[in-house]
Amino acid sequence: MSPAGSGLSRLTPWLLTGPFLVIFAVFTVVPLLQSIPLAMSHTFGPSASVPVGLDNFRSALDDPRFWTAIRNTFYFTAGSVFIQLPLALGLAMLLNRRGLRGKAVFRLLFFSPQLVGLVFVGVIAAIAFQKQSGLINVTLAHAVAPFHEMTVSERGTSWFPAPAVMLGIPWLETLALPTLIITALWMYTGFNMIYFLAALQNVSQEQIDAAVIDGAGPLSRFVNITLPAISPVLLFVVLLSIIGSFQLFELPFIMLPEGVGLQDRGLTIVTYLFKSGFEAGDLGYAAAIGWMLALLLAGFGIAQRLAGRQDSLR
Amino acid sequence: MSRGAPGQQGGPGVVTYGLLAVASIAVVVPLLYLVASAFKAEADFLESLFLPRGEGFAGIAWDRLTLSQFEKLLGDDIGLGRAMLNSLFLSSVTSIIATLTCAAAGYALVVYRFRGRSALDWVVIAALVIPPPLLIAPSYQWLYRLGLLDSYWGVILPAAAPAFGVFLFRQASLQSVPKSMIEAARLDGAGELSIFLGIGLPMLRPMVGAFLMITFLAMWNNFIGPQIVLQTATKQPLSVVMYLTQTSYYNDYGLMMAGTLVSVVPVVVVFLVLQREFISGLTAGAVKGE
Repeated sequence: MSPAGSGLSRLTPWLLTGPFLVIFAVFTVVPLLQSIPLAMSHTFGPSASVPVGLDNFRSALDDPRFWTAIRNTFYFTAGSVFIQLPLALGLAMLLNRRGLRGKAVFRLLFFSPQLVGLVFVGVIAAIAFQKQSGLINVTLAHAVAPFHEMTVSERGTSWFPAPAVMLGIPWLETLALPTLIITALWMYTGFNMIYFLAALQNVSQEQIDAAVIDGAGPLSRFVNITLPAISPVLLFVVLLSIIGSFQLFELPFIMLPEGVGLQDRGLTIVTYLFKSGFEAGDLGYAAAIGWMLALLLAGFGIAQRLAGRQDSLR
Repeated sequence: MSRGAPGQQGGPGVVTYGLLAVASIAVVVPLLYLVASAFKAEADFLESLFLPRGEGFAGIAWDRLTLSQFEKLLGDDIGLGRAMLNSLFLSSVTSIIATLTCAAAGYALVVYRFRGRSALDWVVIAALVIPPPLLIAPSYQWLYRLGLLDSYWGVILPAAAPAFGVFLFRQASLQSVPKSMIEAARLDGAGELSIFLGIGLPMLRPMVGAFLMITFLAMWNNFIGPQIVLQTATKQPLSVVMYLTQTSYYNDYGLMMAGTLVSVVPVVVVFLVLQREFISGLTAGAVKGE
């Protein structure tokens, strides 16, 4: 190679990575480093701060609201992982059946809620879950109406068009977490299904056919062939789902009364972080909550790696 | 359904289509609810679940449907038109910058061997595990010091260099940029930058399309960023304006639904045009990363 060429190519990699590196350094690395001293300060707005050591962490551990936020977030995450992912896998397996018609249409349809951003899903859900006139309660009222008819007609009232029973289930007020889980279910099941659909391409059809000849039932085929073939993607999706669920913010913030529901029933870690930083004005406390969230997630990441290793040893 | 005859399993049966139909209904009904509610007057919202019942075609009172919600949204009080332009600006600029910076960096990590490359690889992977909420409070403080609060750049720049983009473009370059072509172009005397623009980027086209889409959508739906950075009402994008509208017009459901419909339709249209690239880009990381 000519000397001029080699001189040029010593600089080129930095020319090409430079724009990324500069923006990344200024807007990700600097805030990341600053989050450490910030988490160890009491602050009043963005400019005034007093160093206080580990005070913020100690007060968080003594703060009942923080523990409520942790508990709620775990609850929501469990709902996401144990309800949403099995459903997503089930849908993917249905779509993966040989000879299925309209696969592309179903796939697009199930994915489509993902296009409606979190804020907008939140607005729709807040209205759909309204106590008096929302879609959910009115639909449920119509569904249970036939069972109530006897008692209603005994009293000789008319039965339609007003829903015979007003359910008035206070979803947003007292059932905050189930409401959030259902909303996230609507939004993310199809998204996770896409990952599972891709993973199912790794399942060997010959193996399945051979198992069928051997007389293996659907359950044993699923456990012995499908599950091992998709387990790397499954672990990945579980981790993504846990990480995503732990950062739940927009849905509760937009849907619930005061962004947290009655008596903090829907308070999440990130909602609490946001409220501490921008409503109570204590950025230091918010940064400390951010660090505790990061540590929790790191714990899950390590657990996933261990699970993955164990899996590959088997 | 499995009648035992190998290789001749019957196709999907009633149960399969039935379950898929149930799931489809669950997905579609809230979307229909959104569309129907957007065209109803406030009084009709309580009257009927979807479209108001009446004497018209198909038993629906078509003449009671109204566009008044949209007029109200575009008025000065709410200013949804302005918010739409803000969203469009923030999303286009962010997605173009992010795609260019990430494509260039991911490509360079594959094509060049240079001192510091493995350190860079490591930084990109390490950055993937930073949870975004950790950066909310320090970023706000830092943007305040930089004087970027209440400026569009305070929203755009923090989103303009996502590490996972470098990761995706690195994987894509490994697969689809042939080193032999680059060598050949070098022998022809082409400059390195023109090789990237003329050979690298075109080879990465599917990932470029997918990543433009991903970053555009992410900014369109971004709420925390603009909510904490932008204070002037006329600078705010759709997500923040819809949130604020919801807090002040709490009971005007039709208005909220109309605003949501307007906010969502442009993205859905763009997606439908580009959906194939988008989905393949989304799953690329998962499937190839195992």
